[in-house]
Amino acid sequence: MTIINDFDYIRPTNLKEVFKLLNQNKLAKLLAGGTDLIGNLKEEMVKPKLIIDIKSIKGLNKIKYAQNELFIGALVTFDDLIHSKVIMNKCPVVMEMAKTVASKAIRNRATMVGNICSAVPCMDSGAILHVYEASVVVSDGKKKWDVPVKKWFKGPRKTILKKNEMVMGVKLAIPKGNHSGVYMKLGRYKGEDLAQATCAVIMSKKEGVKISFGSVAPTPVRAITIEKFLKNNLLNDQTIAEIKKMVENEISPIDDIRASKEYRIHMVKVMLERSLKIAHERLNGAGVVYGTNHL
Amino acid sequence: MKKEITVKINGEKRKIEVRPTEILLDVLRDTLGLKSPKCGCGRGDCGTCAVLLNGKSVKSCLVLAIEVDKQEVTTLEGLMNDGLLEVQEKMLEGNSFQCGFCAPGFVVMSHELLEENPKPTKEEIKEALSGNLCRCTGYTPILEAVEKTCGCKE
Repeated sequence: MTIINDFDYIRPTNLKEVFKLLNQNKLAKLLAGGTDLIGNLKEEMVKPKLIIDIKSIKGLNKIKYAQNELFIGALVTFDDLIHSKVIMNKCPVVMEMAKTVASKAIRNRATMVGNICSAVPCMDSGAILHVYEASVVVSDGKKKWDVPVKKWFKGPRKTILKKNEMVMGVKLAIPKGNHSGVYMKLGRYKGEDLAQATCAVIMSKKEGVKISFGSVAPTPVRAITIEKFLKNNLLNDQTIAEIKKMVENEISPIDDIRASKEYRIHMVKVMLERSLKIAHERLNGAGVVYGTNHL
Repeated sequence: MKKEITVKINGEKRKIEVRPTEILLDVLRDTLGLKSPKCGCGRGDCGTCAVLLNGKSVKSCLVLAIEVDKQEVTTLEGLMNDGLLEVQEKMLEGNSFQCGFCAPGFVVMSHELLEENPKPTKEEIKEALSGNLCRCTGYTPILEAVEKTCGCKE
């Protein structure tokens, strides 16, 4: 497959140049891993006049932790997330999520920031960023600011990012004290597939439970009502039955080529129940090791 | 407009002219005559175009040729500079392929896996090869060949 739309390509080595190019060219596209963008160029879903490759910009591939905040730079790939010691120590569930993304040759190239900029509803990063109440660090070259992830996604393949702006990275708020997490991804088969539904849970003694679902609404959703309910109720068979009923109000899945609406609703309930149980076990130092495929 | 790029391909420094819109896979095959990577799906699903970029596997149908300027690309031809790889010997012994279209991708991915993790479990082998499709064999003989190469049990 060839790319029909003609464009120019520039690989700047500093951010100043990137923003200059973005301001001069209304039809420019930023390129990081390209695993989504190249496909979209081939299918003519986007027709830029200029591709700005940001891979030569130094410092964007860092994973940094300080004072309960984890920063993941714009060029950090899913493979980097899997092998990062910082992630393994501070929030291994991010590694558990990264391991479910596509396959090795895609993970070597695809970045987490690219994933949330593509904003395809079945993305893997969305639910995880929601439970860690992440902020997206955006810059226009003059200043930098944080956008809470709940305000980031506008719809399928739509974010609030403007044409002259670039995402520098994401910041995750790591709960104080011990915490545990679980990420589950439902696919049609083991191995490389896009998600039919995803569920992310983190749990800590101080900050309670946080829950988010992906691939079951136009954007990833945070299940605030269920989180509030769990503040006042312990996990047992009865409360789990009630939580499962509440799931239906939190999500709005569609029928598509990968699954029916009914199947998605049913499976999100099953996944949430299992995730809560595993998160609870992990918080108490037991449970299956991180990186396990739970389904 | 064509631009000149410098790439280290299979250990050899090459200067080539590419258009910004050209895909790495097409340049490898049509400009450089390296026919081991193949176009199966052209959208990153089938893995038969896998090559190593700076030692890490990528799907060359999802990379622009111009992106690999000043980088190092290794195709299966390059991995075979000293003859067949051990995993290929095992694949031959076990008659792992039928039509063979997917074989280069599987060999490249197996090679990367065994470099990164010389003693993978069966599950890790499956995971490493999960981005590659084979329509002939049902995968078992391919997985068995990798298992034999690394002497893995469970």
